[in-house]
Amino acid sequence: MEKFTRKEGLVAPLDRANVDTDAIIPKQFLKSIKRTGFGPNLFDEWRYLDRGEPDMDNSKRPLNPDFVLNQGRYRGATVLVSRENFGCGSSREHAPWALQQYGFQAVIAPTFADIFYNNSLKNGLLLIKFDPKIVDQLLRETQATEGYRLAVDLEQQTVTTPNGESFAFEIDPFRKDCMLNGFDDIGLTLAHAEEIKTFEAKHREQQPWLFA
Amino acid sequence: MARTLYDKLWDGHVVREEPGGTALIYIDRHLVHEVTSPQAYEGLALAGRKPWRVDSVVATADHNTPTKDWDKGIQDPVSRLQVETLDDNMKKFGAKVYFPFLDKRQGIVHVIGPENGATLPGMTVVCGDSHTSTHGAFGALAFGIGTSEVEHVLATQCMVMKKSKTMHVVVDGKLPTGVTAKDVTLAVIGRIGSGGGTGYAIEYAGEAIRGLSMEGRMTLCNMAIEAGARTGLVAVDDKTIAYLEGRMFAPKGKHWEQAVAYWRTLKTDEGAKFDKVVTLRAEDITPQVTWGTNPQMVAPVDSKVPDPAQERDPIQREWMERALKYMALAPNTPITAIQLDKIFIGSCTNARIEDLRAAAQVVEGKRVASNIKLAMVVPGSGLVKEQAESEGLDKVFTAAGFEWRQPGCSMCLGMNDDQLSPGERCASTSNRNFEGRQGAGGRTHLVSPAMAAAAAIAGHFVDIRSFK
Ligand code: SF4
Repeated sequence: MEKFTRKEGLVAPLDRANVDTDAIIPKQFLKSIKRTGFGPNLFDEWRYLDRGEPDMDNSKRPLNPDFVLNQGRYRGATVLVSRENFGCGSSREHAPWALQQYGFQAVIAPTFADIFYNNSLKNGLLLIKFDPKIVDQLLRETQATEGYRLAVDLEQQTVTTPNGESFAFEIDPFRKDCMLNGFDDIGLTLAHAEEIKTFEAKHREQQPWLFA
Repeated sequence: MARTLYDKLWDGHVVREEPGGTALIYIDRHLVHEVTSPQAYEGLALAGRKPWRVDSVVATADHNTPTKDWDKGIQDPVSRLQVETLDDNMKKFGAKVYFPFLDKRQGIVHVIGPENGATLPGMTVVCGDSHTSTHGAFGALAFGIGTSEVEHVLATQCMVMKKSKTMHVVVDGKLPTGVTAKDVTLAVIGRIGSGGGTGYAIEYAGEAIRGLSMEGRMTLCNMAIEAGARTGLVAVDDKTIAYLEGRMFAPKGKHWEQAVAYWRTLKTDEGAKFDKVVTLRAEDITPQVTWGTNPQMVAPVDSKVPDPAQERDPIQREWMERALKYMALAPNTPITAIQLDKIFIGSCTNARIEDLRAAAQVVEGKRVASNIKLAMVVPGSGLVKEQAESEGLDKVFTAAGFEWRQPGCSMCLGMNDDQLSPGERCASTSNRNFEGRQGAGGRTHLVSPAMAAAAAIAGHFVDIRSFK
């Protein structure tokens, strides 16, 4: 995974609660056996007026002018701000892949669903939890100010607004370390292979039927 | 110290723990299906790694498979490629068992695990699928994972995770006639909200839960994730043990005795503390129907579609308004006045034998209403289908005007041909009513199997408690 240290970018507001993973990337795109190519189908049912299928040329499809990401001022956004319980629903990792491949590097919301949270951080998509009041403020400022940008600093665990106001966020130290260094989780775990084998041998002795 | 069931399962699988509380947890059972595994196997191969323990893997193809014309194979080339990729990966990497498309034991991954005894009490069970919470019905620590985690478990037999908080959902008393596990699980989600269980492992307990069959407990735990909880749990009891005895992969002989003795310890100790307790009275629970685009948007069948104008929180109000617009429902419409186009009885929530029996009992000797364009029953697995046919349930359904299909996920998410068309309204026994879940523009109402069956006959929702 790519290292994440400090990133600064244009912000887009997605002012709704409970954005589920079916909305982030609809099921027909999960038929892919690849890890890439999901960006054009991010929020497919909200973003386009027609019905999306995996083999379509997305550049020719009619866009929904009412959908926020289709407004010119948010083109090139790298930070998404949304409401509570973002990413609820399915375990599809295609959701963080689609957000990332569209161009988002960070998502800010009051709360995130558990599986989505893990999936995102594993891919280097930073999810930042803020108090609903701060999220409210960020949504308001984004909507009021064209070209509104935020600076996200993982090392310092801060998000800074254009007028210098800074908000601190929490993140698990292990996850932070992995993101800052771009670690491969599997490699880290395999460094403990001996401990896993020791556990496994004991487990087999205690519950032999699990290995029968 | 008194421990909860979750504590016991967690403690029994910690390989090592970091100072911040991040732990390596050993995984006993890894369920695999075609949608979330191809990129994981590819990653494994690219890194030159092998599965750590092949015999922990149990696999099937379920999400993309068609539910009719099996002799024609999988027509959609994109779906076919995904299923064939799983076939290839199984050949290349191996598994304890693989139930491929067309196999007699093929079916929805969360149905085949338990029915073959591949899910056992005390196990850690993972699958690249959020409804893995289903398996917690057996007193197993089960949770859904993403594709990177699938690869991680394949390569290391472990998960990197932090312990969850615990929530005790206690349902006291006896459930009234006509009220099922589906109604209990929907009522709980309605109470705590679709994010209310985030960060928690939920243990369901109380007289009403003890009274549920294993099928009912699976329905209950299946939807723990719809309350945000990755894990749902029910303690082991005689029913758990009776259900497992003699199943294909259940322990045999001396191992069986040994296992049962251990399984009986899998319950929360007297006096153990939970981080949160939610109590419901079984007598208060009614047949539930969802009216919106999230399982939390649920109401008793004898009530009305809520009015956003009554909601004080502006974010909630906006969310309700958006949902009602999508669902094309006016506030204050009686739930029983909602007319339907399609009926879907299936999914890992409600496609086990007991669910089909409950639905068949309702439709026996009756006819599907003329406004219903399609009413379908999709058994959860080949074994469920076989059992249902041996009881003549298929005949009951087809005589009433239902289509009797081959097993799979089907219209729960519509990755195959079974989908709603834009604007169509469906009574569904599945678990998600998100926008577009059953097909772009489709409108889903989640209900129990008996409620779906009764709605098929009436053409609109009816209160199963007074349905004749
Ligand atoms: S039946 Fe539905 S919820 Fe269950 S595994 Fe299949 S798609 Fe997922």
